[in-house]
Formats: sequence, structure tokens, C-alpha cells
Amino acid sequence: MDFDLSDDDRSLADGMRRLCTGRFPLEQLRRSEGRRSLDRAGWSVLAEAGVFSLRLAPSAGGAGLGTAQASVVFEELGRALVPGPVAATHVAAAMVEGAATGERTVGLLPRPGWGGPGGGPSLPAMVGDLGSLDCLLVVDGDAVELVETGELDGEPVEGLDPLTPMWFVAEIPRGAAVGAAAAAEAIWRDHLVLSGALLVGMAASTSDMAVEYAKVRQQFDRPIGAFQAVKHMCADMLVRTELCRAAVHAAAVAVDQPEVGDSVRAAAGAAMLAAQAADANARACIQVYGGMGFTWEVPAHLYLTRARVISQFLGSSGALADVVAGRF
Amino acid sequence: MDLRYSQSEEAFRAELRSWLAEVVPVLPPRPSPHDWPARRAFDTAWQKMLYDAGYAGIDWPVQGGGRGASPVEQLVYLEELERAHAPYVGVNFVGLLHAGPTIVVEGTPEQRARFLPPILRGDEVWCQGFSEPDAGSDLASLRTRAVRHGDDYVVTGTKIWTSHAEVADCCELLVRTSDEGPKHKGITWLIMPMDAPGIEIRPLRTISGSSEFAELFLDGVRVPVANRVGAENDGWRVTMVTLSFERGTAFVGELLETMELLRRLKVSARRSGAWDEGEVRHRVGQMGAELDALWALARRNISQATRTGVPGTGASVFKLAFSELRQRVAQLGMDLLGPAGLSTDELPSADGGEPLGNGALVELWLNAFNRTIAAGTSQIQRNIVAERILGLPKA
Repeated sequence: MDFDLSDDDRSLADGMRRLCTGRFPLEQLRRSEGRRSLDRAGWSVLAEAGVFSLRLAPSAGGAGLGTAQASVVFEELGRALVPGPVAATHVAAAMVEGAATGERTVGLLPRPGWGGPGGGPSLPAMVGDLGSLDCLLVVDGDAVELVETGELDGEPVEGLDPLTPMWFVAEIPRGAAVGAAAAAEAIWRDHLVLSGALLVGMAASTSDMAVEYAKVRQQFDRPIGAFQAVKHMCADMLVRTELCRAAVHAAAVAVDQPEVGDSVRAAAGAAMLAAQAADANARACIQVYGGMGFTWEVPAHLYLTRARVISQFLGSSGALADVVAGRF
Repeated sequence: MDLRYSQSEEAFRAELRSWLAEVVPVLPPRPSPHDWPARRAFDTAWQKMLYDAGYAGIDWPVQGGGRGASPVEQLVYLEELERAHAPYVGVNFVGLLHAGPTIVVEGTPEQRARFLPPILRGDEVWCQGFSEPDAGSDLASLRTRAVRHGDDYVVTGTKIWTSHAEVADCCELLVRTSDEGPKHKGITWLIMPMDAPGIEIRPLRTISGSSEFAELFLDGVRVPVANRVGAENDGWRVTMVTLSFERGTAFVGELLETMELLRRLKVSARRSGAWDEGEVRHRVGQMGAELDALWALARRNISQATRTGVPGTGASVFKLAFSELRQRVAQLGMDLLGPAGLSTDELPSADGGEPLGNGALVELWLNAFNRTIAAGTSQIQRNIVAERILGLPKA
């Protein structure tokens, strides 16, 4: 048993962080605020780096790595706020031709009205990045369906997250069945784990931002981080991040090594904790920044709204807690 | 990242599991928690059994008489003891987890020969004399004074929160030997025999009604200089050495026990119908996910300790999160009991089935309040996390 990151895991994370800071620095991403299409050149860069094909066998053009390694990579994508349906396209890689290579961009939605986690109310359906999606995987407890986005009648709306354009879709049509119940469960579970990894990276990033600011912002002749009221908020941010990171990694390992435990319970619990941590840490980051945290300029709000966009499609805390409770 | 156990780890588990299956079912009945002599007899008899089977001092180095098990084996050990519902370390806690490991590293050859074997065999019980009425979180401000008289220190002062004092043979005692310089540079670590004249023990009654702790009044107690561990005025460093033994396994047994408790609460909620309320299921799911996450974090901390030889910073994070979660699980237990939680006497269950276990749950709920206070309050833990891990400035 060795649950520490291996040296290979660490260099994978370092490489992905360098790629993100080099190719997707936040200042540059922010220049596309309000844009309604994905940066396809950037998407190809992600594909070439193996973001979508990482878990495919080498014979299928992949790197043959595990979900644990994918979670390390996705944490970095989350930290950098890389936009687009990265987790959905990754889990579609084995199922949708062209997803792994970045030629097709794939979204993922729970079937409206599905009673399972993420099901929620049947309408309205909101679809992020619809204008750039080639197809959509629609998942419920029984099947995975592939819906071509040309068949969707979407109305563009001003999105909550300035980096995720939104469409209102009145009806999600039936699509071609591309997987049965087992595939649906696996896709759903893996999407929870990798979305959870994105949220871990976001929770870590807002925690880092708040801590750095608390060290330099002076009030009453000392850094605000010297005050316990602020210091303890920062400590709680770290605790939330560390817990959900361990949970996401354990869920990823449970996907790769089925004998170590219930991967569905682990995935649901990890995604729930990561969603809570990303939300709570973004809120705390805004508070630690004080008045500046309330400005458009400070990016804390981008983490807050992105966390909401990602979490929306995972299911409510209550629905995910129900999954864990039933299997505990 | 690999959560599978190796062949040798599994072999260790199998051997331990078969031994536990043999001995645990035929243990005598557990004594009343209020009968300290009976508790001492039970806990030390269990320690003797561990010793005879080669499991005493599982985490102690071999040169100290321990098993020298790897951190992962320690984890497996705790997992298997919990699984078998084996007794806890009980009155052997201070000897096995604090005083013993300190003497292993800092003691003289004579001290090691005199004090270590009786701890491992369960012959001697230790208590801790660290905290004082005016030195809690700020331990270094302790004032119990030791003055050198020939071959003895003469010790006068008051200690508090001393567990198992009534049945202890030895006390690991921190005393002030100097007022010069920083306050943590004038502290000395002594071994005080509990039968020395001048020690008065007054039990403290806790909120659960138990006499778990005592206050020690020391009036001119003579402690031989030969019982000093480390140099005079070097006791603070000696104390910190104990921490270097911690490999992230400190709360693993209690974490696993809390998971078992939550599973039992789920079963009883299903029986009572409370499970049909979304709120109860959501609380079980939320806490279940957090327990799973802490179990993952514990295994991460242990893996890092294996790699680096020192405990990671994750231990404070774990302690902080777990102690608060333990209280929330206990709170759920009380909420599920409803009116039955108003009685500490055992009540019959509504369906005449298994006993409700209300008395034990009420006691567990009350005792959980000490988790965020003992071994570093949650407020101190947050300072530690913020200052040592995040690098935020001290106040």
C-alpha cells in the first residue's frame, strides 16, 4: 500500500501545470470573457498533451494511464480554470470517435427527469459551450445516448460564469444508444471523479490566493493573516482542500483497482466534498480579499461561478449524499 | 497511488487476524468504566497477551523492545484490532504511546532497562503530568517547580487532566527548573514514582460523570535525579521527540470505530423509520463521505511517513477534521435516540428487539466534547495549520 503520489505522478502534475501557465494563463483566458466559442486551437493543445486520451490503451492512441493519473492532470486544469467540457470529452474518449484527438468536443448531461444523482427537475436544461459542442452524451440509470448537437434547439443566454457560455435548451431529444446500464454507471462515476479533480484544483487555487493575500495585505499595522479570525478561515480552506483531494484520489484508485472498495460510493462522496470545498473556498477567498474580493478584477468570483457550473451537472449535495448513504 | 496491500502486509494481517480470532472471543467481560482497579487489571492483562504474542509496542523500534513494524503494518494492526473488537490500549496509553517512546530515544541505558520492559509486559501503568491549571494550550508556561537537593529533585506544584492517576505506577512529569531565558528553555522531564510521599490525587468528574481525569497536588515530592530523562532544562525538546514517533496512525483506531458507529446508526434509523427522512440520509451520506475522505487522508499520511521517515503535515489537518466530525456523528446518534437520549439507563427498544444502546450513545456523545480540546484544541490546531503549513504570521 502506497497512497502517496509517485514521482511519475508528480512530474505529470508539474508538466500539466507548466502547460497551463504557459498556454492558458488566466490573464489570457480573461480576454475571452463573453466569447461564445471555445478556443479550438487551445483544445487541440490539450488533446496533444493527452488530456482526453490519457486512459486509452496505447493501441488506441492513448497513454494507458490510470484514473489516478487523470485526476492529477485534471486538478491542474481546474486550478488554471481551463474552460470547456474537459471532463466530459475525456470520459467520452473511448465511446465517441474523434473525442480523444480533440477533433470532436463532447458534452455530458444527465437525462432531465432522471431520478438519479444529477437528475433533478426535468427542465429547463442548461448546456454550457453548446455552440462548440459536436455531440452530447446524455446519461441516466439505464443507458448512455449520443445526441448530435445539430438536433438541439438552444437559445443563447448570458452565462453566470463569464468563461462558460450558456444555452437554454427546451428539450433534450432521444439519441442513439451507445451504452447500456453498466456503461452509464461507469461514465457517470468517472465524470464525477474527474469533475471532482477539477474542483479540487479550484479549491486549492482560491486557498492559495487567500493565503498569499493574507500575508501581504496590511491593516492595523500588520498582515491580516496574523489575526486569528482570518488565519482560521485560511486553515479551514486548507483542511477542505486536503480532505477532498485525498477523497478524489482514493475514488480514482478505486476505479483503477476495483478490489480496494466501492468506486461509486467513493466517486459520489469525493465529488460532493470537492464541490463543497470549491464553493466554500471561493466564498472564503472573496471574504479574505475584502472589498477587492467583490470586484470583477480579482478572479475569486470566476472560481465561485465555475464551481457552480461544474457542480450543477454532478447532482446536488443531497442527491450525492443519498448515493453514499445507501452504500455506506 | 496504490491502495492494495503487499503480500507481506497481507501475511502480517492474516497472522494477526487468526490470533485475534482465537483470543478475543474468550476474553473476560469488560469491566465497568467506573471501576478503575478492574480496568487496570483488564487492560494490563490484555497488554500481557499482546506481549506474549509478539505484538507489544508494535510501533516501537526493535532496540527498544518493540516490534518495529512499518507504518503500513501499524495501520493493518489497528484495522484488525478494530475489526475483531479487541480491547483498546486503555490505561496503557501513556506508557505505550508517550513515555515509552520518549525513553527509547532519550533515556539512559539504565532507564531503558528499568522502565521499558514493564510497559511492554503490562506490569506498570503510566500517567501524564504535563498540563497545569494555568498551563493548558500554553503548556510552556508551566510552574510546577523542581529544586535540586543532593541526588533528588524536590517537586511542588499542581498538575491536571492526569488520566489513570489512581492506578498509575509512574508519571511522566514536566517541571520548571529555571526561570531564565525563554520559558520553554527552563523545563525538565522527570519520571515520578506514583508511590512517592507528597502526592495527593483528587479525581475530577467529567461531563459524562466519569473520573477519567485527576488533579495531582505535589508537595515536596522527592524524585531521584537518576529519573531525569535528558538534560536539565532540556525537557521541552525531549517532549517534542515523542511527536517524532507519530506516523499518522494516532486516530486511526477511533476513525474506524466511528465508521462502524455510523453504520450502526444507519441500521437503527432504518429500523425506526427515520431513514425515510431525507435529512437523516443526507447527514449519514455527508458524514460517510467525510469519514471515507479521512480514511483516505490517513492512508496518505502513513504513506508519506513511510517514504520520508517523518510524519507529514497532514496529521494536524486530520486531527482537526476528525475531532469535529466525531462530534457530529455523536450528535446524529443523539438526534436519532430522541427522547431515549434523556436517559443514561438502558431502555428497552420499541420493537422489543436488540437493546437500544442509549446509555452508551449518551456517554459517547458527552465524551466527544473532549475531542476538540484534548491533544491540542481545535483553535490551537488551526493556528498550527495556518502558521506551520501555510506560513501565515504569528499574532
